[in-house]
Amino acid sequence: MTDAYNFAYLDEQTKRMIRRAILKAVAIPGYQVPFAAREMPMPYGWGTGGVQVTAAVLGRDDVLKVIDQGSDDTTNAVSIRSFFVKTTGVATTDKTVDATVIQTRHRIPETPLTAGQILVYQVPIPEPLRFLEPRETETRRMHALEDYGLMHVKLYEDISKHGHIATTYAYPVKVNGRYVTDPSPTPKFDNPKMNNSPALQLFGAGREKRIYAIPPFTEVVSLDFEDHPFAVQTWDNDCALCGATDTFLDEIITDDRGSRMYVCSDSDYCQDRQAEGHQGDQSSSGSGAAA
Amino acid sequence: MYVAVKGGEKAIDNAHRLLAEERRGDKEVPELGTDQIKEQLGRAVDRVMTEGSLYDPKLAALAIKQAAGDLIEAIFLIRAFRTTLPRFGYSAPLNVENMRARRRISATFKDVPGGQVLGPTFDYTHRLLDFALEAEADERGDAPFPTQTSAEVIDLPGNMPRVLAQLSREGLIEAATPGTDEDTAEVGDITRAPRTFPADRDIRLQTLTRGDEGFLLALGYSTQRGYGRTHPFAGEIRVGEVTVEFVPEELGFPIEIGEITITECEMINQFSGSATEKPKFTRGYGLGFGHVERKAMSMALVDRSLRADELGEARTAPAQDEEFVLSHSDNVEATGFVEHLKLPHYVDFQSELELVRKMRAAVDAAQDNQTDNIEAAE
Ligand SMILES: [Zn+2]
Repeated sequence: MTDAYNFAYLDEQTKRMIRRAILKAVAIPGYQVPFAAREMPMPYGWGTGGVQVTAAVLGRDDVLKVIDQGSDDTTNAVSIRSFFVKTTGVATTDKTVDATVIQTRHRIPETPLTAGQILVYQVPIPEPLRFLEPRETETRRMHALEDYGLMHVKLYEDISKHGHIATTYAYPVKVNGRYVTDPSPTPKFDNPKMNNSPALQLFGAGREKRIYAIPPFTEVVSLDFEDHPFAVQTWDNDCALCGATDTFLDEIITDDRGSRMYVCSDSDYCQDRQAEGHQGDQSSSGSGAAA
Repeated sequence: MYVAVKGGEKAIDNAHRLLAEERRGDKEVPELGTDQIKEQLGRAVDRVMTEGSLYDPKLAALAIKQAAGDLIEAIFLIRAFRTTLPRFGYSAPLNVENMRARRRISATFKDVPGGQVLGPTFDYTHRLLDFALEAEADERGDAPFPTQTSAEVIDLPGNMPRVLAQLSREGLIEAATPGTDEDTAEVGDITRAPRTFPADRDIRLQTLTRGDEGFLLALGYSTQRGYGRTHPFAGEIRVGEVTVEFVPEELGFPIEIGEITITECEMINQFSGSATEKPKFTRGYGLGFGHVERKAMSMALVDRSLRADELGEARTAPAQDEEFVLSHSDNVEATGFVEHLKLPHYVDFQSELELVRKMRAAVDAAQDNQTDNIEAAE
């Protein structure tokens, strides 16, 4: 840990400002609270919003887990974890069950979260209506009036054009029966995990300067139609390493002749299953296979 | 065989070492000193200070060296440093009339009180590569540099009244106002409060000053080509040193805390008026640290365009669109979001891939069905 900077990099006043925004966000589930995001020593788009939220909630006794695409080993997860190790000295873990704070990009862990845990999402575009209406002045008005007709029209147009809703990630949800909210670009596979989660879910968007929250045990509903109910992705394959049939799978291209394999995107979950003795059809394929 | 994406930590370490090696280049060539950058690449230093929002030529030179000459990267380094600095308060407004000007021109009057001073400018150079610069100065035998004569350096306080002030006295140009909320004395701070729309002029001007030079240049240019035309004249451009004053609370009067170099541009634009109101010219304003004329002029054009609503003009062009301009002018934000596409997006892409495959299969199935039906009919 370095002494050149304050605990968790940000000065205490900035952390208090962020905590006030978080408290407001928790009080109005799904509402995007503007906050005075700081310039961070990593680029916008690399998780500056999530990093600021994590910095504001992290205490010395916390145990931190950082994932990107579900994995602790992706380069940006490694980089953010080492940033917090350097600036806080807190303990880190790969184990979802051992973590008190989990910062994530693009996934929710497969292992169900528990009360007392905080899941911090890195958010690029916090506004679920942004791609329907580029103007902030307009989208704020739409949220204020609960005017979500445009979103329903978009989803309906999908159905009339493709026969089903063609949104696979950042699938919009309604939080606590009031605000339509962007789940960050997680796959819609993860949407059901947001509903009534015992954990506190915090969302930080640094470049766009917004924080929002889903408090524990809050209703989160994926938008749909009665005759076209929301459904998550399914795979024709099982995890090649642990044999899981109910996880989000990454497709890995294994040669230039079209061969591919599917493995859990959540590396911690997959390793746990392998340690418990579960096997996929490639789990013992020679030396150093799962390095 | 599955090769897991592991060893991220080691890959990052190696990348940083390779970056340092590439930055240093051939070790046979002497290393560049930050003092050399500060003294000899001054325009780069000025741009980094302006868009980095921090007046410190030494740190800007260091940032340029560390960034291997990538100016947006250098601006980012300066911003990330600046954000950690404590704030003691706000300086008093600069008295630009008292500038020790090295350069001062007006395109609207042949002569102005204080005079026209060309000063150091590329304006009338012929852009012919000077191959003599490839050699060291002592080998070239350069002629001594001219010194600016006292007639050219305008350093008497109050000796250089603003050109636009002359027009203002006659009521020919609108008064310079800080914005629509001029009664509220508090100046906004875009580094301490999230931006909201509509934005006041103080917020707009701050955003434009730290905005990307290239972006503002293109927007300003577009107004000259008819996308929100404002009929601009370069009323006055001045470059020089001004004194910065600060009023410490415990003293209650201003003390000088330093001197900075700035470039200021005041544009004179299209007049407005009506049957009841006498016509008068309007203004656009640009300001930056150091010698940044292109930036200051572009900023002044865009500032004027963004006043469309205030002046009752139809907003039809990109440069008049406040949300569009202010939300996209920051190159640190822009480069971050554009370049973040390099980060892994396996999960989102996987989701899209599955969907496209399913949709293609559905089309195939529908076509097969159709073919079967046709064959059955035959
Ligand atoms: Zn697995």
